[in-house]
Amino acid sequence: MAHIGPSGFSPYPVAVYEGVLNPPPGKALMFNEIVDEEVAMREAAKAMLTRPNPTIFPGPQVLYAWNEEAKEKAKLVRKMAEVLGAKIIPMYDYRPKYPKINPAIEINPNHPNLTIWHNKIKACIFVGVHCHYANVALKIIRAETDCFTIAMCGMAGHEDAMITLRDQHTEEMEKFIKIAEEVKRGLGRS
Amino acid sequence: MSYKIYDINEDLKEFMPKEIIDLEERATWGNPKRGVMDLPYTKELIEEHSLCAGCPESMALRYILASLPNPEDTIIVNSTGCTSLVFPHIALHTVHSLFGNQNAVASGIKRVLEWRFPDKVKDVVVLAGDGATVDIGLDCTLQSFFRQEKITTICFDNEVYANTGGQESGLTVKGHVFKMAPKGKQWDKVPFWQIAIDSGCHYVARLTVSSPKKVEQVIKKAIYVAREVGPTYVHLYTPCILEIGLNSDDGLDEMRARDKERFSFFEYMTPQAEEVINRVKEEGLL
Ligand SMILES: Cc1ncc(C[n+]2csc(CCOP(=O)(O)OP(=O)(O)O)c2C)c(N)n1
Ligand code: SF4
Ligand SMILES: [Mg+2]
Repeated sequence: MAHIGPSGFSPYPVAVYEGVLNPPPGKALMFNEIVDEEVAMREAAKAMLTRPNPTIFPGPQVLYAWNEEAKEKAKLVRKMAEVLGAKIIPMYDYRPKYPKINPAIEINPNHPNLTIWHNKIKACIFVGVHCHYANVALKIIRAETDCFTIAMCGMAGHEDAMITLRDQHTEEMEKFIKIAEEVKRGLGRS
Repeated sequence: MSYKIYDINEDLKEFMPKEIIDLEERATWGNPKRGVMDLPYTKELIEEHSLCAGCPESMALRYILASLPNPEDTIIVNSTGCTSLVFPHIALHTVHSLFGNQNAVASGIKRVLEWRFPDKVKDVVVLAGDGATVDIGLDCTLQSFFRQEKITTICFDNEVYANTGGQESGLTVKGHVFKMAPKGKQWDKVPFWQIAIDSGCHYVARLTVSSPKKVEQVIKKAIYVAREVGPTYVHLYTPCILEIGLNSDDGLDEMRARDKERFSFFEYMTPQAEEVINRVKEEGLL
């Protein structure tokens, strides 16, 4: 836990205070290391394919049909889940859902750890979650669970995720699916 | 933009919880004739609430949310208090303002929306308790009336500061004793409906929420008048059963008893408001 001082304002450990920053355009972040996007994609796929109960958490930007890109991304999320053998649990909005959520079928950014604990999720992908709530949720998960988090972000990324892929749109998602298929074959699974 | 942006992508629909699919498929969007009669058959915009069991505030919220003529383009500004416990559970745009500032915040939102979406109807509704509306927020409430802001203000009058455990408010009845007003209130209940009239509101109503249909009529009138003419004010009696020592199933009887005395139905409208109301009636929307 942070002590008094700037980081003390945050109730959870924060990656930036450990010197971890988002990757520059064209690159990815793996723990505290800047790497090529492809390297990070491979590791992300491996984590999802080898750790227990891999789960994709799609957010509003892919759950709702805002525009053509959102519709396309929804299809890709589905495909990705198939390739990775992952469950899909939606983060459909950000209302603090008190007094309870149903952790078996939903995840809420204000207490994402409940869903992770309940389903014993050891690897997950955030996709289509708006930045401010991805930031909150990833910090909580980082502090409260041992889940391997992967942020598939349309913008600059999330340093609190274990792997950050930035500027991810349909083309990059297709690339990730291809890589995941390769990694899967490499692991001797079809 | 339209509420259709919330259509769920077919590819991911099977993973969505039922209540979210219901919001898309069974809620009454895009239909100004929606009302309390839909309550048993359609998806409500309130999911659940964390108020005391049987709290009349929860009834009022259900009736109001069922009656909004334009929920997809309605922004509710609320304030701290028991009502605010409900707002995380409703499927509308809501803003939780600092306690007492609700009418100032709503004024700003309304003005910006008029400027940003000149061709769209956007309703801004303030919903707050008696402490927020008449005591701590009195300045902001009245100034918004004076400035003729086109917003609807709904006060949930439970005659007490309920959320903080029972202090007297300006709307508490003289002599009433609460946990933190042990000597009993020394002064009269503020007749705020009258102050609203004197301060420039074009439509004012005072009632209990014992009759859902009546609440619907009043809310619709207040919103239609606010859209075109100026500020409107609805004063609802939503007794705090907890602080006055009633059981969960006593709320309705308490309101019915007050229907006959200090909360007997009262309605006021200016000639401009009457014109709007008559027209809306002719259009079959009331
Ligand atoms: C600026 C500010 N002052 C005081 C409070 C404390 N406070 C929280 S709820 C409340 C009373 C609410 O009373 P009312 O508006 O009548 O709503 P009710 O709970 O009765 O529905 C007060 C004073 C606060 N949250 N913020
Ligand atoms: S304290 Fe009173 S007003 Fe608040 S939820 Fe309970 S009954 Fe309702
Ligand atoms: Mg009150």
